[in-house]
Amino acid sequence: MRPRVGLLVTCLVDLFRPQAGFAAVALLEAAGCDVVVPPAQTCCGQPAYNSGDRADAIAIARQTIEQFEPFDHIVVPSGSCAGMLRVHYPALFADDPDWAARANKLAAKTFELTQFLVRREAAFAITAEHDGAVAFHDSCSALREMKSIAEPRALLRAVRGLTLRDLADPEACCGFGGTFCVKYPAISDDMVTRKAADIVATGADTLASCDLGCLLNIAGKLSREGKATRCFHVAEILAGLGDAPAIGEARGGEASPGRVTP
Amino acid sequence: MSTITSARFGENARAALADKQLQVALGHVRINFIEKRAKAIAALPEFDALRDAARDIRDHVLNHLDLYLERFEAKVIEHGGQVHWCASAEDARATILSICREADAKTVTKGKTMIGEEIGINDFLAANDIVPVETDLGEYIIQLRGETPSHLIAPAIHVTKNQVSDTFRTHHTDLDPMRSLEEPQTLLAEARDKLRSKFLAADVGITGANFLIAATGQGVIVTNEGNGDLTQTLPKTQIVLASIEKIAPTLEDASVLLRVLARSATGQEMSVYTSFTTGPRRAGDLDGPENFHVVIVDNGRSQYLGTEFQPMLRCIRCAACLNHCPVYQAVGGHAYGWVYSGPIGAILTPALVGIDRASPLPEASSLCGRCEQVCPVRIPIPSLLRRWREVSFADGHSGSRARLAIRLWAFAARRPLLYRGASAMAARLMSLVGGKRGRIRHMPLAAGWTDIRDLPAPAGRTFMAQWARAKGD
Repeated sequence: MRPRVGLLVTCLVDLFRPQAGFAAVALLEAAGCDVVVPPAQTCCGQPAYNSGDRADAIAIARQTIEQFEPFDHIVVPSGSCAGMLRVHYPALFADDPDWAARANKLAAKTFELTQFLVRREAAFAITAEHDGAVAFHDSCSALREMKSIAEPRALLRAVRGLTLRDLADPEACCGFGGTFCVKYPAISDDMVTRKAADIVATGADTLASCDLGCLLNIAGKLSREGKATRCFHVAEILAGLGDAPAIGEARGGEASPGRVTP
Repeated sequence: MSTITSARFGENARAALADKQLQVALGHVRINFIEKRAKAIAALPEFDALRDAARDIRDHVLNHLDLYLERFEAKVIEHGGQVHWCASAEDARATILSICREADAKTVTKGKTMIGEEIGINDFLAANDIVPVETDLGEYIIQLRGETPSHLIAPAIHVTKNQVSDTFRTHHTDLDPMRSLEEPQTLLAEARDKLRSKFLAADVGITGANFLIAATGQGVIVTNEGNGDLTQTLPKTQIVLASIEKIAPTLEDASVLLRVLARSATGQEMSVYTSFTTGPRRAGDLDGPENFHVVIVDNGRSQYLGTEFQPMLRCIRCAACLNHCPVYQAVGGHAYGWVYSGPIGAILTPALVGIDRASPLPEASSLCGRCEQVCPVRIPIPSLLRRWREVSFADGHSGSRARLAIRLWAFAARRPLLYRGASAMAARLMSLVGGKRGRIRHMPLAAGWTDIRDLPAPAGRTFMAQWARAKGD
């Protein structure tokens, strides 16, 4: 029987990179799943949770649990949002036995996308091609909360023509951190500058990661520095979309000033 | 320490990032500590099991702290020493001063003690005409420079070698001004020579304690320079200054904690010196103090026992969380504005001085979690930072603009239709601003982002809108 997968699109993919969402759907279908996108999903609630707004975080978490608990699996194209469901929802409801039980059940069937694809290995083969060297950036949540470390690398290695490059300091945070990057821009700048230098030093032409937050931050820094490295969500590379315009890249036609006046 | 600038963390951080000497000095944190720790741990397969054991010991102590403190006191008295209980920093200063007065002290030598910094003992002694002399090389350097420690175990990590040479030339005026101070060894020899006479002249020696052993009444310190031993054994009066949570029940427990401490701190298997002190000199002992005092300070800690903040009191001050923290690496310790810096400082400072005086510290983290990953006693640092943010948010310390922004966003996120509409509008707007270039270089109200990096612009329509259309909803 084909498993029914609920796709938590994530607010950043929804807003900034729909193509990564469609790539995730294509990969999940190729892996023999029926993909459902619950229409009333918004965000996992992490911005409220990490800002100390526990009441709103709980309200948003309840709504997410209601939306997603009917599915066999919940798959998230983000280590950070997957970690929110897997690690932090149970913590949020620790004092509320009814909701804690529901949160724990949801947590146990929530996966970061590449983790889930590797679990479906028997039903799934990567058919994409990508001619070039790809550096992989571990988001802190994929690395430490979801421990999705080997999976994205294994899938990328299976892409024909692709050479995977390691960063010198793969465990260092890129400086995104949600609202941290705008609350403490100078510190965030120090962090993302180091990360960008590490990426450029690999000589890779492309950067892939499981998390769009990191990607927006890193792609924004690389382009501000005039670097040519092209940034993609890992799902896009795995779905063979590495030739499309990269994150923050021109969509063709004449250049616009890229400036808005209030 | 009287001045607390934690509330100005943002300003402090910007100044630190612009300080070229400091940035050179901070480069050593990455190179020295992280690699050495990684090597030491790779060589000990049972390290994670040891961390579990260390965490369990610390939790057990904190759950039975009253019992162990009383047992410790009884043992110290048995050995002929005295224990002084101090609820506040003020009590601790007064107690130490009265011990020094009793000893008719002119000079006090000191081993490195963070609780000494916390209660501001040096300034207080100096104001009472007693000269405190730091004997740890790093502490000695910053004492000459009129600074405070910027790191738990490497207090002068923010100072470059050239700055040390300049400091020595300024203060050691009896030496040949033309002498060479190029080599670290020369600097070390000069400091050692200067300190030798102080050790012999001191009337009282004050050291901290890495652990207080309840079963034996002993204080334990670890050092790499041997200065702690000289501070403890040469003066007639010895004071061990420690905070209440430093208890280890038995010597066996201490040995577990020591095994994770040195590896986490400096990547050593053991520190060069691990020194145990047990009461005053007995008849027939070759050396040791005549008077032995232990000053145990609470200073606000006990109110967190039994609360969700209790795990912060497991800390054994190894500094691994500082060394691995990208924020600490960027700005160093002084930016945190009080005694304790880095991730553990961002939790301890609000606890000990009040969240109203330190509210930026828990916010100044990307919650990357590397601190928790390396903590030898598994303190859930990101969870505790988040817990402080909740306190700040509830009490209104987190800034009214940030608060309003989150409340507005959450209002929408709790209403899917409104959220759909708002995100569709945001996507269209940013797409227009980004134009064909695909990125935004300047955006009003988002300067925190666009001052340092471009904002990749959305392509136009949200995923949810495109999905709904494709599915014909």
